[in-house]
Formats: sequence, C-alpha cells, structure tokens
Amino acid sequence: MAVPARAQRFELSIGPLLRGVLLGVGSIVGALAALVLIYRTTDVLNFAQGEMATFTTFIAWSLMHHMSYWPAFALTLVIAFVGGAAIERIIIRPVEHRPEIVIVIVTIGLLIALNGLSGWIWNPEVKAFDDPFPNGTTEIAGVVISYQELGVLGVCLATVVLLWAFFRFTTLGLVMRAVANSQDASRLLGVRVGWMLALGWGLAAVLGAVAGMMAAPSQFLDPNLMLVILIYSFAAAVLGGIDSPIGAVVGGLILGVLINILGTYVDFIGGELRLPAALVVLLIVLLIRPQGLFGHRVVRRV
Amino acid sequence: MRRYLNRALGPALFVVAAVVVALLPRFMGEFRLLEFTLVAIYVIALLGLNILTGYSGQISLGHGAFVGVGAYVAALLSLGRPGLELYMLDPPSWIPIGNGMTPVFTIPIAALVTGVIGFLIGIPALRLGGVSLALATLALAVSFPILMKRFSEVTGGGGGLNLNLPETPFGWDISTRHWLYYEAWVTAGILFLAAWLLVRGRIGRAWRAIRDGEVAATSSGVNPALYKTFAFGVSSAYAGAAGALFAIETAYVNPDTFPVSLSILLLASAVIGGLGSLAGALFGALLFEFLPIYSQEPPIFSFHFADQAPSVVFGVFLIVIMLLLPGGVAGLFRTLAGAVRTGRFRRRSDTSELA
Repeated sequence: MAVPARAQRFELSIGPLLRGVLLGVGSIVGALAALVLIYRTTDVLNFAQGEMATFTTFIAWSLMHHMSYWPAFALTLVIAFVGGAAIERIIIRPVEHRPEIVIVIVTIGLLIALNGLSGWIWNPEVKAFDDPFPNGTTEIAGVVISYQELGVLGVCLATVVLLWAFFRFTTLGLVMRAVANSQDASRLLGVRVGWMLALGWGLAAVLGAVAGMMAAPSQFLDPNLMLVILIYSFAAAVLGGIDSPIGAVVGGLILGVLINILGTYVDFIGGELRLPAALVVLLIVLLIRPQGLFGHRVVRRV
Repeated sequence: MRRYLNRALGPALFVVAAVVVALLPRFMGEFRLLEFTLVAIYVIALLGLNILTGYSGQISLGHGAFVGVGAYVAALLSLGRPGLELYMLDPPSWIPIGNGMTPVFTIPIAALVTGVIGFLIGIPALRLGGVSLALATLALAVSFPILMKRFSEVTGGGGGLNLNLPETPFGWDISTRHWLYYEAWVTAGILFLAAWLLVRGRIGRAWRAIRDGEVAATSSGVNPALYKTFAFGVSSAYAGAAGALFAIETAYVNPDTFPVSLSILLLASAVIGGLGSLAGALFGALLFEFLPIYSQEPPIFSFHFADQAPSVVFGVFLIVIMLLLPGGVAGLFRTLAGAVRTGRFRRRSDTSELA
C-alpha cells in the first residue's frame, strides 16, 4: 500500500481553473458516494469506499478482456451494487448500533482487506485501463481539452444529475430520504429500514465504480488508485459540510479550483504539495467553521 | 487474600514478562534478535496509540507519520545536522549536538519534539469528531512521505539518511545487536510503566470519562479540550520515541519506510491487541511483527502466499475481532482469567464498548 505522490497525476492539459473543476467534479462524485448515500442514511463514513471502487474497477478491467467497453461497464455496476449491498448486510449490520468508532474500525478493516485482495488477485503492477471516448482534443473558450476529459466530465455530471433525480422524483428516493431523516419514524411507517441501508451501500458502491472507471484511464489502475481521490473527496465533503449534499458539490469545486490554482501559481506548492495544501485548507476551515461551509451545527444535549 | 492476589497479578505478570525478555536473547540468533527488537519498538508505538484511541477515544490513522517524525529527528540529531542551518538558524546551545549526538540521547529529544508537534496538531483535531479526525490523520499519513521527499535538502529526499550502527557503550561485552535489543526493551519497559501511571491516575480517569461520554465528563468538571490535546501530545511522544529507536536500530530512514499502510496497520494492531488495555500493546506488537511473516509462509503448510496475504489476513482479523471480540486479544485473556478465577464464564461488560 505504498503510496506514490499521486497528486501529481492530476496534471491535465488544460488551464488550472478548468482542471480544478475537473478534479472537483471527480471529488464530488466520490464525496456524494461517501456522503449522501451512506453518511446521511446511516451516519457511517465508509473508509473502504475508495477500495471498493478500486476493486470494482479491477473487475471491470478483467471483464473488458471478454467483452466491449459498455457491456463490461454495465455488468460492473451490477456487480458493484450487489457487492455493496452484501457488505452492508454481512459486515456492517452486526455493528450498526455500536459506537461510531467501532464502525469506523470495521470499515478500515474492509479497506485493508480489499486493498490486499485486489493486489493479490490482479497483482500490484500498474495497468492501463481503456476509455470509451475518441482520441483528440478540441478547444473551448481558448482552453485545449481532450475528448476524454470531456467524456469523464459528462459521465460524472450525468451521474450527479441522475442521483439527484432519483432522490427527488422517485418513491424509492423519497423513502431513502425518510430513512436518512429518521430511522425510527420510517420504521413505524412500514419502511424496511435495513433493506434501505443495504440499498444505500449498493448505490454508493455503484457510484464508486463509476468514479473508479472514470479515473482509471488517466491515473492508471493499481490497488491504490482511489486512496488520494478518497482523501480529496473527504476534504471536499468536510469543507462543504459533512451532512450537506450541496456542500459536497460546492466544497468539491472550491477545493479542486483552489488546489490547482495554488499548485500552478505558487512555486513552493508545485505539483507535489497539493495534497498537504488541501489538508492545510481543510484544517483552516475547521478551525474557523467546524461544521463546514453548508453544514449544520450539531447541538449536543445531555 | 483474594483481593491482594488480584492486585498482585498485574505487577507479577510484568515481572515475568521482563524476565522472559531479559533471557530471550540467550536462545536466539541475530536475526530473531532483530525481530524482537522491532517488537519492542512497536510496543512503544502501540502504547501511544492505545492511549489516544483506547483511553481518550480519539481515532488516529496518522500514527505512522509521528513515528516517522521521531525517526527523522533522531537521525538528523545523530548525524549532527538538524537541518536548521539551511534556514539560517542555529540549534539551541543546550542541546549537545556537536558532530553528532550519541544515539541514545536522541530518543528523549525525538519524543519531546514529536510530542509538541502532536500537541499542536491536536488543537485543530479537537474540532473534529471521531470520523473527521480519522480522515484528517489519514491525510497526515499520506502527506508525510510527500513532505519528506519535497524537503530533500534536510531529509535526504527519496534516498533517505544513512546512519551508523552505534557501538556498545561502557565497554560491555555484548554485540551491538544485543545492546540495541536491551536498549529498546528497557525503553519500552520504562514507557510501559509511565503509561500505567498515567492511565490509572486522575488523567486516565478523565480520558476514560471523555471517551465514554464527553458531555457527561464536561458536566463533572473535566476539561475535554485540555485532556484530549494532552492525549494527542503524549501519544505522539510515544510514537516519536518509537521512531527514534527505529532509526537507531535500522540505521536508515527513508520516506517510504513510513507509508500510509504503516499508520493503518498500526491502528489495526492496536485494535486486535486490545484497545483500552496496556497489555494489548504487547499482543498488538507481536502480531504486527509476526503476522505478516507467518501469513505469507504458514508454519504448517509448505506454501507461499502472495505478498498481499498479510493485508487480507489483517483486514479480516480486524473485522472479525470487532464483530466478535471488541476487547481484542487482551480482552480475551481477561475473560479467560476471570473464568478461571470465578470458576464460571461470563461476558465482560465492564470493559465497556470499544475499550
């Protein structure tokens, strides 16, 4: 699990602002996956989210040897959904009512095991990962951008919109929001809360798989693919307010743009120190506004 | 009578452990000795992590970074160039650096420096609840190797720093490896006793009170901010001492010696060993050193597993322990000891959740 300075690989061939938006969008998908679905519905922050995403991306890599891109993509999402839901039912469920720290440790155990497992099955060498978008570049508002970057942006945006529509317009989405709001009240109204939580984990795994498959072509595939992305996502989430979906989106954008501008124009930070710089930004925000930009202050009662 | 027996049990076990540790080198070669020296170092690191996570209830995924800080401080001091001269600063004159300090003396300084850094990091960490703290410390662990590579004029960058193995002092008739073994274990013993004193007294009670209910602790007059940052400082100081010993023992520090996985596996070992129990640090350290070796080449089967096998075993262990044995190995022993003493088996409840 040695970690290379992956922050450097966010080098893309466009202006720092747009680059920041790209990085931000990637973080948003990750942050939404980690947050809206799991944290909001279950109060669990899943540290294995990144490893789950990497694992499913490896599955996609294997599938792509047997079929073309999009069927493999779809099949991977199905596998991710089933896997995510199964993890909730088998591993998380027994510790559901234990203190937060116990659940965190269980997800860390999952992180370690999945990281080892993906290295074991697929060996830890870096692998090239196909992308379905045409080669070549185009120019938008004077900035050169490749079709691949546009494609990633499009898929991520589509995912966010779909997710929003799911929660906003479908009955299932409404029920899941109800569970997030109050598990007890939902249960009294006849909602099968346990299955909704499993559904949340399944959806989070699907989002992770999308993020992993979008990140893999430019970052290359190895067992530590998502670790740095995960940290950026968490930072974005904490920045925006950990219980706020809008906060996650805005936090991701702000963080992505800020870090890229700092990295490009401040020599001291450069390519290498982006991650530490993100950490510093995060700590400053937390000192001034512990609940994040859009979060709600938690009132503790005795 | 029984009460006295119960009370004497802890110290008696400590003495037994000390005797075993003192006699162990007679029965093993240099390589085994090196392994057991590393166990002592991990005991120290895990004691610190246990104080932070097990007693004060704050989760840290960045302990490896503090171990790294301690290692670099010790390495730079024993090389006689703390790196300050690059920034036009002189080291304080009361620190006898000269052309390189005697390695043993770098241990307390490394502990102090790391402790102060940990204390400072503990202040913003106060604002973070369990989960965000875990995240922030994880980011710290990821950043550490990057920072060490970036400031290569001080740290030697990716090439790291080479040290010399110290000579056995005082003209003792033992090899350097033996000397390092005793040095590490004596330090571990002292720090174990210090942790025991801390944990059983007023401070330990305050930590446990905060862990089990911060609001309730506050209303009983405990200042959570003070005690939580103090736990952070103490825990980092332990990590710093472990790091210093590690640098001395391996005579080499390098950014990739302290990757994120070190921090994560340290936490896993602390949990499996048993949070909220100082003896748990010993079990955790044995596990940390030997589980990777034996899960790659299981002792009974003649079979070699992939390099990733230890991670998988560690992760699965961690999950299973959390599901079935929240007290870890130490908790299991306590339950067994209780069963032997009272003649019946009962589930421990007084070790509280997580602890």
